Amino acid sequence: MEHLSYTVTAPRAAGGTRRQAIIGVVASGNLEVLAERVLATDTCTVDIATAARGFAPVWQAVIADFVALRAAGGLRLSINDGGARPDTVALRLAQVVRLIEEPEA
Amino acid sequence: MAEWCEQRDALNQRLAAGQSHAAGKRVPLDRLPALLESVLRPGDRVCLEGDNQKQAEALARALAQVDPARVHDLHMVQSGVVLPEHLDVFEKGIARRLDYSYSGPQAARIARMLFGGKIALGAVHTYLELFARYFIDLTPHVALIAAVSADRDGNLYTGPNTEDTPTVVEATSYKSGLVIAQVAKIVDKVPRVDIPGDLVHFVVETGTPFYVEPLFTRDPAAITETQILTAMLAIKGIYAPYGVRRLNHGIGFSTAAIELLLPTLGERLGLKGKICTHFALNPHPTLIPAIEAGWVEQIHCFGSEVGMEDYVAARPDVFFTGPDGSLRSNRAMCQTAGLYACDMFIGSTLQIDLEGHSSTVTTSRIAGFGGAPNMGSDARGRRHPSDPWVKAGVEADPLGSPALRRGRKLVVQIGETFGEGNAPLFVERLDALDLAHKLDLELAPVMVYGDDVTHIVTEEGIANLLLCRDKDEREQAIRGVAGYTEVGRGRDPAMVARLRERGVIRRPEDLAIDPLDADRSMLAARSIKDLMLASGGLYRPPSRFRNW
Repeated sequence: MEHLSYTVTAPRAAGGTRRQAIIGVVASGNLEVLAERVLATDTCTVDIATAARGFAPVWQAVIADFVALRAAGGLRLSINDGGARPDTVALRLAQVVRLIEEPEA
Repeated sequence: MAEWCEQRDALNQRLAAGQSHAAGKRVPLDRLPALLESVLRPGDRVCLEGDNQKQAEALARALAQVDPARVHDLHMVQSGVVLPEHLDVFEKGIARRLDYSYSGPQAARIARMLFGGKIALGAVHTYLELFARYFIDLTPHVALIAAVSADRDGNLYTGPNTEDTPTVVEATSYKSGLVIAQVAKIVDKVPRVDIPGDLVHFVVETGTPFYVEPLFTRDPAAITETQILTAMLAIKGIYAPYGVRRLNHGIGFSTAAIELLLPTLGERLGLKGKICTHFALNPHPTLIPAIEAGWVEQIHCFGSEVGMEDYVAARPDVFFTGPDGSLRSNRAMCQTAGLYACDMFIGSTLQIDLEGHSSTVTTSRIAGFGGAPNMGSDARGRRHPSDPWVKAGVEADPLGSPALRRGRKLVVQIGETFGEGNAPLFVERLDALDLAHKLDLELAPVMVYGDDVTHIVTEEGIANLLLCRDKDEREQAIRGVAGYTEVGRGRDPAMVARLRERGVIRRPEDLAIDPLDADRSMLAARSIKDLMLASGGLYRPPSRFRNW
């Protein structure tokens, strides 16, 4: 198990009012992402616990593109990763941002 | 004084030697090794029928039992090296030389044996290429083939899995070679004559059907959101603008996703009747929903697919069927159809390099080619125009004289940027080069050459290589869809941006696709059971795919 942690400046604040959102499952090739709206609106942190070692440069690239593309300011993201491919990670991150934007059910 | 009939004399000697084990053409199963010992000569070229689907496994078993002191140094010329027995004959010294096409399940062992010098390799071929050589310089002296049933005269019924048999028999029997067939059953009258009895010399009844691998069944439950996204990109960015009606699909999950998106996304886009009307394709279960929704006019098949027999028999307007009602497949004919009469091939691969060469071999596995390179290559002998072919030709050569400009077949590689075990799809150097070096091969085993590839589709977008004007543009177009692989992260962002402005690279948003819409609910069937229900119960999935 490898633990990675990133704090990045986010150009856009997350939309909506939900306090938190969770998406995905911890399974082989998949991941679970918990988003909590607890930070300043220009900051995003990502904490990763991953089963696959040695992919730090890839995580960094995925997260840099993610905050540039999606409104992630104010979110603390916690990831439990089962060795998901980068495209799956990018998809789940986009999904969790969309979910936290949605009105409370 | 020249001798003109030595081969016919040799056939007569083989027939006479074999006759002591036969009653008429019929040979008891337990006499099969003895029959083979009496008719085979050291050094014979032998075709042991088997490909990626059907297998003459009783004959393979018997050949592996012959005495290497009597039968040795055979030259095997066969489509598939698939069963353990196919390699046992080399371990035992019964066979020495090998020319073949496909070796899926034996890929690792064949690589070890080639490296260990147990096999003298001629070449790895495509199916059509090996069939062609059967008629020029690799004509079998003896063919060991598989059919469903035979009558007393040796007329054979091959059923839906006819596949390679007519080609093998044609090359062998008409050149004074010997043909031995295994059948499950000897009957009074065969349901249809696939192979005329006068071309068949001995028949052995095995009591069990020949083995067939369900190679073309893809469980919709295993299709990922990323595969759905790449499928959406392909439909909106390639199928629709080129109007691709005549095509072949590979066997991967991305193309299965495309098949399952036709009745949903395709319908919404108004593409019915405009794309995917004619296929050179095995009866893929994942095509059932599109067929049922009236998308597909006609399909010609290389082989059959386990469980699809009744469905195909009930849809003779779509499939080629015989007077008995069941599918007639023919690999050589279908490969030719895929080469000359299709405007597009789309399939997956394991590795793509910076020039667009692709390969499915790794340093420890040599899987062979099968038929993909026939489909995935521009047919330079093609002369008839079609809209997609002409449009692709214009993109490749916009300034050429219209009446003298060749069209281009669309050859599309589709896949996720990372594959099994997070292995990158894009690499600086193909493993095939290391394998070729290790085995001292003159040619690296390349599945599709870069100059044949027209498009690469990943979840990041589509690269149109027809629009690239030099080597640098081509490399950056490939890097530009290579995602987070090292190749992708090594791109020149400014050049990739310029390529995107010119439409060489198209992102999901350029095609009005939101990656968040790539959802499994878009699939017309989400499980094998859904496919069975869509077929009205006519599709009978093999037990390994039944989980209900």
